[in-house]
Amino acid sequence: MPKEKFELNEREVWDGNYAASQAMRQAQVDVMAAYPITPSTPIVENYGSYVANGYVDGEFVMVESEHAAMSACVGASAAGGRVATATSSQGFALMVEVLYQASGMRLPIVLNVVNRALASPLNVRGDHSDMYLGRDSGWIQLDAYNAQEAYDLALCAFRIGENHSVRLPVMVHQDGFVTSHTAQNVYPLSDEEAYNFVGDFKPVDDMLDFSRPVTYGAQTEEDWHFEHKAKQHKALMDSRKVIDEVFAEFKKLSGREYKRVESYMMEDAEVAIVALGTTVETARVAAMELREKEGIKAGVVSPRVFRPFPFDLIRDALENVKAVGVMDRSSPGGAMGALFNEVSAALYTTPNRPLVSNYIYGLGGRDCSVEDLKEVFRDQKANADAGHITTPIQQFSGLRGPKLGFFETKRS
Amino acid sequence: MTEIRWHSRAGQGAVTGAKSLGDIVATTGKEVQAFALYGSAKRGAALRAYNRIDDKPIINHAKFMRPDYVLVIDPALAYTDDITLNDKESTKYIVTTHLSKEELIAGIPALQGKEDRVYVVDCVQISLDEIGRSIPNAPMLGAFVKISGMFELDYFLENMKRVLKKFPQKIIDGNMRAITRAYNEVK
Repeated sequence: MPKEKFELNEREVWDGNYAASQAMRQAQVDVMAAYPITPSTPIVENYGSYVANGYVDGEFVMVESEHAAMSACVGASAAGGRVATATSSQGFALMVEVLYQASGMRLPIVLNVVNRALASPLNVRGDHSDMYLGRDSGWIQLDAYNAQEAYDLALCAFRIGENHSVRLPVMVHQDGFVTSHTAQNVYPLSDEEAYNFVGDFKPVDDMLDFSRPVTYGAQTEEDWHFEHKAKQHKALMDSRKVIDEVFAEFKKLSGREYKRVESYMMEDAEVAIVALGTTVETARVAAMELREKEGIKAGVVSPRVFRPFPFDLIRDALENVKAVGVMDRSSPGGAMGALFNEVSAALYTTPNRPLVSNYIYGLGGRDCSVEDLKEVFRDQKANADAGHITTPIQQFSGLRGPKLGFFETKRS
Repeated sequence: MTEIRWHSRAGQGAVTGAKSLGDIVATTGKEVQAFALYGSAKRGAALRAYNRIDDKPIINHAKFMRPDYVLVIDPALAYTDDITLNDKESTKYIVTTHLSKEELIAGIPALQGKEDRVYVVDCVQISLDEIGRSIPNAPMLGAFVKISGMFELDYFLENMKRVLKKFPQKIIDGNMRAITRAYNEVK
């Protein structure tokens, strides 16, 4: 147990980084191996100071790169400890190889990802390029829209990943700067409440159990590789039930409710925006104002859990609207945006098949204002009224210079 | 919703000022947001910091705002930065300067016609006198408390002591004097 007691108020004013680092402290992470990178640096920096000052009984491992950081996390987790770290952008990219190792070895590491653009051009600000880079890595991905949620979801992440029927690593995403460096009211749990919620770490097949030697990271060729990967995918799909249970328990404890898909003003919505991160909340402001001032029945749907992708819940949330604008905050690299593709696939299996169009926006931290999002809603209203997509199917929102768009609806 | 934009140079404490203000406002039961937009992250570079204050949770995460208050804590930025950007007919300006209000406005065309909403206070001189260094953020908070009427001065000072508790007593006392002086001297 830690030597020192940390003083907390019922109401704090914290930024997302500080909130995440407090969750790491309260979960009493045993090992954090880290190579700091903007904008996630304060998470690991704060954890280091908590160790040095006796607030955590843990180890801070300094390493020479993010590849080494995640490798050390893999080692420590296989050894049998509670393990977490944080990264962003280029650091995340350098970790990618080891991310796949961690999920394949079924190690419940928690990774705080403070979303930031990927170079080139070099850029330290927030977009979802790194988050998207992790989407096939076999990790559970939770998405926070503000600092409070970065804290809450970090606590939930340990409970979900360490559940013995899940045993998978979990990322908790927050938007670089807009969440990580924005101070807001945060209502933390007490240390006792938080730790009791997360619970003691109960290892499975820990390598430090010398009475029962085990192998991690074995080689399997065409004889077993496919079965292993299928099982891993099934574990990820089956984690949905555990995620729901953990969210329900967290609500009982804190009063704050999380769902794998969040819906805002969707009961009677005619048009909707689907987004991730802080944009979700800004879009809620836009929806509310449009309902009040322009009579547009607007709503917002957002995956809280990006992986496993809530295909069925997205479909349920959107099947009755007429038009949907899907917002992708990552350069699509010669395709439609990834979220657009996934939402479209879900909606293709509905009888109504709402009109779905794609907006690329906010790259490299470009501001996304309430007015920008109102424009997206107004486009959807025009599409709904016309009965077809009236704009290019993929557009760029907030881009300077001439309008950029791709593909038109095929109409006979 | 009350929205505030700070114009400052890195090192003058606008980010700390915005966060301290947020911290204190939160103790009154309100919801707050404090963030900054850095240019090149170097000491002396122009930057803007922002506050939002409301009775309900603040879910607008856009940087864009039409400020109710513009707080300028570097005298030269009043001239070189676009301090009236996206303003409203009710936006109030508090500018750090050694000039009189009339002299200041005479040199800044964008402030002309807004005389009744422009306030001046010499935060640089006050912080030099009372804290011994040019850190104009604390006095600006005193001026803001006066102009906004958001708090009683004593309530603000008590809470500011809590925000500053990790500093030596000498620094805390200097800040208290600086806030009080700016509260009394802003005009």
